[in-house]
Amino acid sequence: MNALYQIFIEPFIFMGEAPDLLIQTIWEGFVSGILYALIALGFVLIFKASGVFNFAQGIMVVFAALTLVGFYSMGIPAIISLILAIGVMFLLAVTVERVVLRPLVNQPDIILFMATFGITYFLIGLGEFIFGGEPKVMITSQLYLPEGRTNFDILGGFVTIQHIDVAAAVIAIIMIAVLGIFFSKTRIGRALRAVADSHKAALSVGISLNQIWVIVWFAAGIVALVTGIMWGARSDVSFALQIIALKALPVLILGGFTSIPGAIVGGLIIGIGEKIGEFYWGPLLGGGIETWLAYVIALIFLMFRPQGLFGEKIIERV
Amino acid sequence: MSANTTSAHSFATDAEIEKAARAEAAGAVPVAATDPEVLLAVENVSLSFGGVKALADVSFDIRKGEIRAIIGPNGAGKTSMLNCINGFYHPTEGRITFKGETRRKMRPYEAAAGGIARTFQNVALFKGMSTLDNIMAGRSLKMKRGFFWQILGFGPAVAEEVEHRRFVEDIIDFLQIQAIRKTPVGKLPYGLQKRVELGRALAMEPELLLLDEPMAGMNLEEKEDMSRFILDVNQHFGTTIALIEHDMGVVMDLSDRVVVLEYGRKIADGTPSVVKSDQKVIDAYLGVPH
Repeated sequence: MNALYQIFIEPFIFMGEAPDLLIQTIWEGFVSGILYALIALGFVLIFKASGVFNFAQGIMVVFAALTLVGFYSMGIPAIISLILAIGVMFLLAVTVERVVLRPLVNQPDIILFMATFGITYFLIGLGEFIFGGEPKVMITSQLYLPEGRTNFDILGGFVTIQHIDVAAAVIAIIMIAVLGIFFSKTRIGRALRAVADSHKAALSVGISLNQIWVIVWFAAGIVALVTGIMWGARSDVSFALQIIALKALPVLILGGFTSIPGAIVGGLIIGIGEKIGEFYWGPLLGGGIETWLAYVIALIFLMFRPQGLFGEKIIERV
Repeated sequence: MSANTTSAHSFATDAEIEKAARAEAAGAVPVAATDPEVLLAVENVSLSFGGVKALADVSFDIRKGEIRAIIGPNGAGKTSMLNCINGFYHPTEGRITFKGETRRKMRPYEAAAGGIARTFQNVALFKGMSTLDNIMAGRSLKMKRGFFWQILGFGPAVAEEVEHRRFVEDIIDFLQIQAIRKTPVGKLPYGLQKRVELGRALAMEPELLLLDEPMAGMNLEEKEDMSRFILDVNQHFGTTIALIEHDMGVVMDLSDRVVVLEYGRKIADGTPSVVKSDQKVIDAYLGVPH
């Protein structure tokens, strides 16, 4: 009985007693959720257009952030470094299309998936070779990103909000909105959805697959760069960051592999669920449940909605 | 016009092959390819996948403004032929000349840009997108405004979008699919999907329209509608059409000339009435006692 009380009653009483702490927790979860959503978005873009699950998305985040910091440490002004880093992501997209995707076109998905493992380890090696393995500090203030924090007094307590987190949320929302409009309203967006639906039909109306692949990998590269800046600002820029990409997996399972709104909602559910779980139920299990809770949520989801919240329902005719 | 493009026989004589080889060595373009009335000339095309020969030494031409049918039993290589024409496959041997221009390896993008549109045997639509968007996708190559304007979402890109939208609405009216403009095509019945696919091909304003079994799986009424659309497209827009079809009645009614394939070889070529009475064609369809 006592155990049941601790699980089902006590946390909720605690939530009611200290609403400021609840809001703080939700906010923290919201911010990390948005960053998960950004990573998942990178996956979704590439998966939609080429049907490839891009294992390298995580390392692309690290690589993009390292490139940015690397250029800056060479004495190049921050804004120019940012532009150069975007240029490097474009080069990466072109290279991946030329060297990896084009020769492997029409190969089974598993082969392309394995190829993205190759890209991952290549980028780890290249990154360590050029920038070294030690963690770096993100050039937050040089990029005019806000620092510091503000305390809000509400509900008899206070909530602390980091300015960088607000910036991260705003930038992420703008970025998702721009991508959304781009893919639904423009010709290239339509072409991209066309490629996602049928390669041969897209080819027959004169859409170039190669061009579309470069565009999506470049878009995923920019998403990776933004994610890298935001995560880098909260911790350090190091190769350890790439494991956060694995957090995108439960997000994708929740949201569906092909849905941009799904990536966002999935990211928020995982982010907030994780923080609340850790804060209110974590102590019962000795803490540290944040590392695995996301996967458990995803597993439960898989049982009831294998296509995800917004994923296309898979109907196979027999 | 060279002998082997009009001949009803698929086997070129040794003398003919030698002549063609000599002409090619001298850099001369065969007559069929230079005839201004010929839109597309297929010359001695062979296609093999590993050891399997899908097409063997097939030659025929498609004249401007005609409806050309390609018929033959299952597995005769009809779809492979279309795939060669629009660049999905590259012929192992032989050459294809489109609008007087011969390309060794034409990519699908180049074929589309050159004015070849097509539909597929098992409808290939963008299932998640609406009828309107599907047909708009057919305008991809006609829309030139750059990336920059599109992202901004105003200025020339919008004017362009509006202009193309008008064209697409005309196609929708023509095909009488106004009622399903906003419906995701995956939800449409098969007959309508085929119609949307035709619309997407028409949006490309093609010079050559390739139709792979446009009436497969349709009922009589739908077939009549589709036949009417095909004739209208041909007569009003002057679009040259090559179609694969199994329904002999349709083929005989619609087409100006028919080419018959069997086991990847051409066995007959001519007007519907000539082809219909050709003994080889009758044998191919009904079988011969061995």
